[in-house]
Order: sequence, then C-alpha cells, then structure tokens
Amino acid sequence: MENNLLSLIIFAPLAGAAINWFAGRRVRNERFVGVVACGAVAVSTLVAFYLAFKPDGALRSETPVFDHIWTWLQVGTFRADFALAMDRLSGTYALFVTFVGFLIHVFAVGYMRGEQGFYRFFAFLNLFMFSMLTLVLADNFVLMFVGWEGVGLCSYLLIGYYFDRREAGDAAKKAFITNRIGDWGFVLGIMLTFFVTGSVSFFANPAAGEATHTALSFFKTYPVEPFTAGAIVAGGATSIAVLLFIGAAGKSAQIPLYVWLPDAMAGPTPVSALIHAATMVTAGVYMIVRCSEIFGHAPAAMFIVAVIGAATAIFAATIGLAQNDIKKVLAYSTISQLGYMFLACGVGAFIAAIFHVITHAFFKALLFLGSGSVINGMHHEQDMRRMGGLKKYMPITFATMVTGWLAISGVPIFAGFFSKDEILWRTWSAPAFSLPSTAFSKLLWGVAAITAFLTAIYMTRMMVMTFWGEERFRDTHAHKQQEPDEHHGPVEPHESPWVMTVPLIVLAVLSTIGGFIGVPYALSAGKDINVIEHTLEPVVAKAGTTGSAAAETHATESTAPAETHTTHSSEEISAERALAGVSVLIALAGIGAGWYLFKRRPLLQMPRLLENKYYVDEIYDATLIHPIESVSREGFWKILDVGVIDGLLHSIGESVTEAGRLARYLQAGFVRGYAAIILLGALILIGLFAYLGFPNPTQ
Amino acid sequence: MSHLLTILILLPVAGALALVLYSFAGSRREEHYRWIALITTLVTFAASLLLLKSIGANSAEFRFEDNVSWIGSISARYHVAVDGISMWLVILTTLLMPISVLSSWTAIRKRQLSYYAFLLILEAALIGVFVSLDLLLFYLFFEASLIPMFFLIGVWGGERRIYAAVKFFIYTAVGSLLMLVGIIALYFTYHSFDYATILEAMKASPLTGRAEYWLFLAFTFAFCIKVPLFPLHTWLPDAHTEAPTAGSVILAGVLLKMGTYGLLRFSLALFPNAARDWAWVIIILAIIGIIYGALVAMVQPDVKRLVAYSSVSHMGFVVLGLFSFTELGMQGALYQMLNHGVSTGALFLFVGFIYERRHTRMISEFGGLAKPMPWFSTLFVIASLSSIGLPFLNGFVGEFLILLGTWTSRAVTHSWIATMFAATGVIWAAVYMLWMLQRVVFGQITNDENARLLDLNKRELGLIFPLLVLMLFMGVYPRVFLDRSKASVATIQRRVSSSPAGGSFTTSTGLGSVPTRGSVGSSLVQEPAVGHDPTLPRVGTDPAQAAIPE
Repeated sequence: MENNLLSLIIFAPLAGAAINWFAGRRVRNERFVGVVACGAVAVSTLVAFYLAFKPDGALRSETPVFDHIWTWLQVGTFRADFALAMDRLSGTYALFVTFVGFLIHVFAVGYMRGEQGFYRFFAFLNLFMFSMLTLVLADNFVLMFVGWEGVGLCSYLLIGYYFDRREAGDAAKKAFITNRIGDWGFVLGIMLTFFVTGSVSFFANPAAGEATHTALSFFKTYPVEPFTAGAIVAGGATSIAVLLFIGAAGKSAQIPLYVWLPDAMAGPTPVSALIHAATMVTAGVYMIVRCSEIFGHAPAAMFIVAVIGAATAIFAATIGLAQNDIKKVLAYSTISQLGYMFLACGVGAFIAAIFHVITHAFFKALLFLGSGSVINGMHHEQDMRRMGGLKKYMPITFATMVTGWLAISGVPIFAGFFSKDEILWRTWSAPAFSLPSTAFSKLLWGVAAITAFLTAIYMTRMMVMTFWGEERFRDTHAHKQQEPDEHHGPVEPHESPWVMTVPLIVLAVLSTIGGFIGVPYALSAGKDINVIEHTLEPVVAKAGTTGSAAAETHATESTAPAETHTTHSSEEISAERALAGVSVLIALAGIGAGWYLFKRRPLLQMPRLLENKYYVDEIYDATLIHPIESVSREGFWKILDVGVIDGLLHSIGESVTEAGRLARYLQAGFVRGYAAIILLGALILIGLFAYLGFPNPTQ
Repeated sequence: MSHLLTILILLPVAGALALVLYSFAGSRREEHYRWIALITTLVTFAASLLLLKSIGANSAEFRFEDNVSWIGSISARYHVAVDGISMWLVILTTLLMPISVLSSWTAIRKRQLSYYAFLLILEAALIGVFVSLDLLLFYLFFEASLIPMFFLIGVWGGERRIYAAVKFFIYTAVGSLLMLVGIIALYFTYHSFDYATILEAMKASPLTGRAEYWLFLAFTFAFCIKVPLFPLHTWLPDAHTEAPTAGSVILAGVLLKMGTYGLLRFSLALFPNAARDWAWVIIILAIIGIIYGALVAMVQPDVKRLVAYSSVSHMGFVVLGLFSFTELGMQGALYQMLNHGVSTGALFLFVGFIYERRHTRMISEFGGLAKPMPWFSTLFVIASLSSIGLPFLNGFVGEFLILLGTWTSRAVTHSWIATMFAATGVIWAAVYMLWMLQRVVFGQITNDENARLLDLNKRELGLIFPLLVLMLFMGVYPRVFLDRSKASVATIQRRVSSSPAGGSFTTSTGLGSVPTRGSVGSSLVQEPAVGHDPTLPRVGTDPAQAAIPE
C-alpha cells in the first residue's frame, strides 16, 4: 500500500531542522525555536500513530505501508531506492521513537533555556529525529545505513555541543570513530548480502517495480548453516550475520566497542536521554531483529550475539556500581540493558528484545531526564557525592524517578519487570539451536540474573545518594568553586519548571503501565493479552523453528503436528511462573542490599578497579591507539616516505648529477686531454677492427 | 554547437592572449587581470555546460567530434570528442577554474599577469587531455599541463617551492616519457595514433601477449605516477603543500584525474589482457595506498599536507574501483573522481582561507576557530564529512559503489578480503579528519591571534558555495551523473572483462581509415588467428554465445 504521508514522518523533522538552522539563528527567540522543533516532531508523532492504527494501518494489516520517494542508486543490477516502508516492526519502533522523542524535545526546551546556540541544539535534535526515523523506516539496507550514519553524525554534533570543552570534543570524536569501526562491519554485511542474495531490499514492493525476491525473503528457503566456527568465514548467512552484528555492537555499545557511550555523557542531558538511551543506541537491536530471517539461519552468529550480550550486561553493571557521576551510572546501566537485548536476540527471543527496547526507552528516558532535572536543580552539579536529601527540594522529580528506579530494577507491575522477566525466561528455556547445549541457556540465565541483582543495587545506590541522606551539597558547594562562578554562597536546589516535569510525569506513567502490552500468558491468568507478541509475530523469524521445521517436516508430518510457538503446556507455565518469582526475589534482594549498603554510608568506597572501569580505555590507548600513531608517524611517514622512497629518489637524482660531474671532466677544455681521448678512441677502434677483421670495401 | 570542444580549448587560450594584450595597454591596472581571468573561466564553464545537453543516457558514442589532419606525414590527427566519461571531467575542470581564480583574488599579489595566464593555459591543456582521441595529441596536452603547473608551484608556491616544483616535474615527466615510448610502439604497430582506429585494428589483429604486457606497463606507469599510486606518491605531498591554493585545488581536483582517466581510457581499453594479468598487483598497491595514505595523513602536523595525503588514500579507492572490472566498481571510480575533485578541492580552499589569515598551516597554531569563524567552521565540517564519506554526501556514493564492485569483482580471487581491507579506509578517514577538525575548529582558543580572525567574506562564501551544493546534490541524486556515464563505462568494462560485446567504440562520424589486416605489419601483432579470437575466449568455449552475431 502506497501512502505519501509516510515521508512526512521523516521530512517534518528535517524541515524543522532547516527552519531552525536558517531562521532560528536570526530570530534568536527561544519560544520560536522550541515551538518549531517540538511542532515538527509532533507532526511526525501524529502521522506515525495515524498510519499505524488506521483501519488498514501498518500495525493492523499484514502488508507494510510504502512510500517510494526516488530511486537513489542504480548501477547494473544493484538498486537502492530512497523509499520508506512501515511494517509492524518499523511501525512499532516509529511510534515510540516519535513519542518519546517528542517528550524529550519538550523537556529540552526547559533544560536548554538560556544556552548559547539554542537554535543549533534544536536543529541538530530535529536532524537526529530525521535520521533515526529514516533508519527505522528505510525499506532497504543502504537507506538504513544512511540513517545509521546520520544518527551517528547527529550524535557527534550533539555530544560535541559544548564545542569549546575539550572533553566534549574528545568524546564526540571517540563516539564517531568507534561507530565507524562498527559501520565497517555493517557496510561489508550489506555488501555480502547483496553478493549472496542480489538485493538489498527488505520488502517486495510490486508497486515500485521491484523484484519480488528481496534480501530477506531470499533466506526463507535458505538452509540453516551448521553451528561451527567455519561457518563464520564461509560467506553465507553466518558471515552476513556476524558482519551485521559488528555494526550493531558499534551503534549499541557492546563489548568491545562500548567505550564511547560513557564518554558521550559530555553532551547535554536531553541528548543522553534521546540518543544515548531511548532511541539511537537501540538501533543495533532493531537491525538484528529486522534481519532475524538472516540470523535465524546462522546459529553460530546468534551464539556470538548471546555471549557478547550477556558479557556486556554483567560487565557494564559491575562498572555501574562504582560510578559517582549520576549520568555515568545511567550510561553504564544503558550499556548493561542493551546487553540484555542482545542476549535476547542471541537466544532467538527477538520479540522480547523489542519489548525491552520499548520499556527501556520509557524508563531510561525518564531516568535520564530526571537526572537532567536534578542537574538543572543543582546548578550543573553531576557528582552524586555532592548531592543527597534532594527529595525534599524536588518532589516531582523524586517521585517520577522512583517509578523509573522500580521499573529498571524489575519490581512487578512496573514496565521493566515484564520485559526483563521475558528475557530471563526465554534465556532459561532457550532451545539448543543457537547454543552448544541447553546447559548454556542456564549459564546465560545465571549471568543475566546476577546482572539483574547488580542493576537493582546500583540503581538503589544512585537513588539513595541523590535523594536520601544528609544534604551534602551545602558543605561541599562552598569549596567546590575553584573556578569563578556567578553563584555566591550555597545554592538552594529547586524543582524544575513544568516543561520539564510534565514529560517526566508522562514517562513515569508509561514506565509504570507500559509493561502491560507484553504480559506473558503465564502471568495473565489464562488470558491471551500479549499485544506486543501478537503484533510482531508475523514479521519476526522464529529462530530454530524455521530451519528445523523444514528439516524435520518429514519426521513430524506423520506423527503429531509440531508443537507451535503459541501453545502453552502446563509445565512450561509453571516453570515460567516460578522463574518470574525468582526474578521478583532478585529485584527485591538487590534493592534491599543496596538500601542496606548505602543508606547509612552513601559515600562507601567502591573497588578501585570498578571505579576506573577496569582500565579499558587505558588498555586501548596503550595497545592500539599509541602503537598505530607512532608506527604511522615514525615508521610510515618519517622512515618509509621521507627516508626510503624519497631517499631512493634523491640518491638516483644525485647519482645522475654525479655522473654528469664525472662526464664534465672529459670536457675540461684542455687540448691535451682531448688529444688523449682521440688517441684512445682511435686505438680502440683500430684494435676492434683488427680483432674482427677489416671489412673489404670492394665486396 | 559544432567545434564546441575546440572552442572550449581555445577559450582559455584566448583569455591568456587577452591578458597579454591588455598588459600592453597604457591604462592597465593590476587588478584587472583577475577580472579577465574570471570572465574567461566563467564563459568557458558556461560553454562546457552545453555538453550536457546532447549526452544522454544509454549511449557510449563519442560526441562533439572534431577530426582533422594535423601532421599528415605521420597520420597524426587533431581528433577530439567526448563521451559520458570525459564529459564529466571536462565540466569538473571548467567548474574548478573560476573557483580557483576567485580563490587567488587577494592571495596572489605578485606577477598577476603571468599567474592568471598560466592558470588559463593550464585549463586549456587539461580540457585537451580529456577530449583527445589521438594518442599523440593526448600526449601533447598531458605534457603541456605540466609546464604551467610547474611555474605555478615554482613561482607562487611556499617556502620549499623550487624543490617541490622540480620534484613534481621530474617525477611525472619520467612517467610520461615511458608513455611516449608506448605510443610510438603502438604507432609502428598500427600506423595510427587514433584511439578508435587502433581499437578497431586491435580487434582484427590483437597485440602479442608480450607486447601488450610491456605497453600496458609503459602506459600504466605513467598514469600511476599521476594518480598517484603507492609507492609513487611522494611528489604529491610536496607539490600540494607548496603550491598556491589555486594550484592545489587544480592539482588535486583535476591533474590527478588525468592519471585515473588515462588508466580507464587507455590502459584498460587498449590492453585488457595485460590489465587482467596485472590487476592483482595494482589492487594490492591501491589498498596499501588507501590505508597508508590515511595513516600518514593522520600524523601530519600541517593541515595542507594532511589533505594531500588524504588524496593518496582517496585516489587509491579510484584505482581499486577501476581494476575491479565491474560496472559497479568502475562507475563508482568515475564518480569518486568527481567527488574527490569537489571535496578535496573544497578542503584545499578551506586551508587556503586560514592560511591567508594566519600565514601558517600548522595544526598546532589553530584551535577554537568555531567561535570567531562560525561560517568557516560549519562549511569546513561539511566538506570534511563529505571527504569522510557520510551518506547523502557525495563521497559515500563513490566509495560504496567501489567497495561493492570490488567485492563482486572477479579480477582477483578472494576479492572479499581486498574489500575488507579497503573498507578500513573509511574508518581511517574519520580518524584523521575528525582529529584535525577537533584541533583546528573546536576546543578553546589557545592563540590570541585566532580570536580576532574574520569570518569568510562574501567572495569566499560565494566561491565555496557551489562546491557544497554539489556535495549534497551528488550525494542525494547521483543518477544525473551515473546515468550519463553508464554506457561509456560499460563499454570499457565489457572490453576489459573480455566479453564479446565489448570495445565497440563508435563516433558519430564513423571511424577514420581503418587499416586492413594486411597493412598491419609488425612483430607486436599476433598471427591472424584462425577459428576464434584468442582475446575473446568465451566466444570459442561457449557455442551458444558464439552463435550470436556481433
């Protein structure tokens, strides 16, 4: 179904960006800039909801909504259109991206008040929305890559928003370059996909004259590749999946490419909320789920995804325990939660991953915005050691953040509980398809469960250090002012204005009830109300069943029909319920442990190793960055280029000059010398003739 | 419309003559020279746009042909024409020229007469290179472009200008002399200097393997120096760095394209078998160039030298695409030639802007320019992103097509490994460009002199603006360019990948005198093959294809 409104979703923010860049710069009116920016995203939001929920909308019908804008690249058999498509997956994504994006835009109007370059900030933020929605709604890999790089660029520009601060510039550069390493994999993955399938499209759109055979549908009839290391370099589905995952690991901050995300907190807090928590960093998860058909045929790649995801989850959670900057805690928490999502993808629970993406967008955006409200109220103080007791001063911020805290910790009825529990359950019950054995699923579950425990601890620590306890900002604020500041004396924290608190409240509501879109059968008292699963099921491949179903058709046809995904056996339900109980216990134990540890001693010294983030940045510096730089400078440039190549050329040049100088002696102008040379030449000639015999002129 | 190409070549020459004549006028004023140059280059640019009108998609034919006898006794002809490949390079040249003149507006204070005269003569020579279809004429223009550039660097250059100019001259002259030997050898084989005639004659009587091998090397060596391909690149950083801004723009924007254009037009089309044999060597060197150029660019303390080394990296991509022998790769390579002209040209202009203000190019002298020079900084960042290859800017399209072409290439085995290494170039590009931006544009102002710098004036904005518009346009709507070059590139691609339909190079007026097989008498030519043509193995092995009449 073709609908030209679809392009309005991406072009409205682009227009907003252009207006703010060219007109907002001159108008210098914050109200104008804010209205343009928020209005543009509001248009996107409304159109997205309309196209998703209208009677034959993307979320209601089986066929996507298409909008072909123009043919972008066409060479030989390769074709990449600038065309959008909204199916159930991209529609779901577009909904929460536009809506959460809108709330963050509104919040930012309050947060950024009085900043120099207000117009620039909102132009970039709108440009980000354009890129992100292009990424999500792209109907082919190459356009998705356009959005992918576009969000990276906006991330670069917004992290470096305070461009005169050195650490902001460093962080921006680090983010872009680390993402580029991931993009290397993504681009190669796209190329291999084209090489294997002859297409880069996601959907067959007969209206646009495209072939019915697409990059993804190609894999429907593709055999499942063996679960071996050799499959990774075999050039098939596994190779594609691994390359794509490198891209996802860069964008979504997984080991070993996660290092940019904590530094990215140098950007303004709404940027951290929008880009580095709710939307952009989950693009990697989106891409993997979009390509679930490919991953579903590449068990070895899925295993890698699961292991990296689980490792990232626990690794980042331990670092999060020991951070003192409120935004750094949330950054590591984001990395850890992203690890969960990849773990879910790796065990084939793609829908659970998307579910967690959505709830995470709600509660993490809330927590970041809440921290922004705190930072704003504390006059740009981010160190939790200089906070404490803020609940008295910022009641709305406090109350909303409590819901976010409970949600991320996994306390029942809050959104995070359902999605996290779903991932834990799916990991526990994962088939051996993408794992060497089912024992691995228990191991991965264990890692995820410990992570959940740690999550509850560090979030409790953050809340306690910020909102409870004695008011440490009074005594520290006085001698904190090393640099001359406009404030005099201790500053009273204050609650933020309504433009900031209203988005917080909306997000708090969503963090509380947002989980009810995905209540599993086991916990819903026998009712089938798992909306998210029903919505996404048709567009997501079921790993382990597609291939094995094809392989085992003969075996199962004669006997009972194969057990489908949606039937619920009673043992399964009781196991799921038991595990949900374990999840609740873990969450409560974590909160209790955190409360016990930090309530009385909020400044408890954490292990140095964790506080210094396992020295990963230092290790990268010493093993990669410095060697490359010094080899390039000393080895390639100074020795090879200037020394060897130019040296060789110079010596050739000099030897020619030298030969000329020698030749010059022959023409020194001395008649005796010439006579000697003539004599010598004559003798040589005569000798030669005598040796060869004189030619007879008469012959 | 007829003789358009001749007019394009002669217009700058006429402008140069006008400059000289004006210098004899009694009331001459120094600042009028640049106006004469500007008007000439703008008129030339406008005239060159007429080329667009009649070259559409799906035609590989040479257009706007002029073909008259030049030196009758050796049957050298003045034969010029354009197809979908050379047309774009001509337009690139004519576009960059007025921009170069404008960039010299206040920067060049001494000997303005000769400066602008050299620029105009250079333009004529460059247009000549891209439109010549006679090898001797091509060689003439190829060498003629060297002389004005030699003086531009040697007279108006930086501190080490003499060294740079001499190095540039000797380096490239050595290469082109080898090419001259190759051209003469071809002449003695086919008794013609005419490109189309030789190609046609080659169908009937192909070169022997050994002859093709040596001729390919002679031509390719000359072009690879020009490109420049690693390890023949060391003239480039010196020449670029010491040249005046306009010289660098033309050098990077157009002169380097002479090399890649020559590879495409001559090395691949004339010697396809040797090109296939040597492809793996060239591809390896191109990939080394991509990575090496980027790594060395990363550690340069001088902005201009950094951009110069980045050219080595970008031109490596072009060569890689050409030698992938796929339509994707070769179209991408042509596109990347244009991209590089636009993006790197723009980067040199930006370096020129700050050099004119601070008279230094050292990165450490700058920092925090975003505050005093917001326009400069914004546009500089955009141009850098284009060079990095950000999608929807021009660089991405070229690099993506080249990499895709390389992956699907059958020129070398394991081409995916080649692609993987080449693709790291996009990471390095981000490293060196962003690092440079961070030290030049962002951060605190550490040097008080920078705080007082003036932002770009109207002239500077005006000259850089067309390039920025092009970057965006070429990124979002490349079809305009790709469609027009498609058929011409495909013709060469089919020939070099030895497909039977390849190599039918036609001109609108038909070919000159095609020598019959009897007239071709040389040891370089294979004995007339009976049965099937050895250059076209697929015809012989596939009966189904052999049955299709050509």
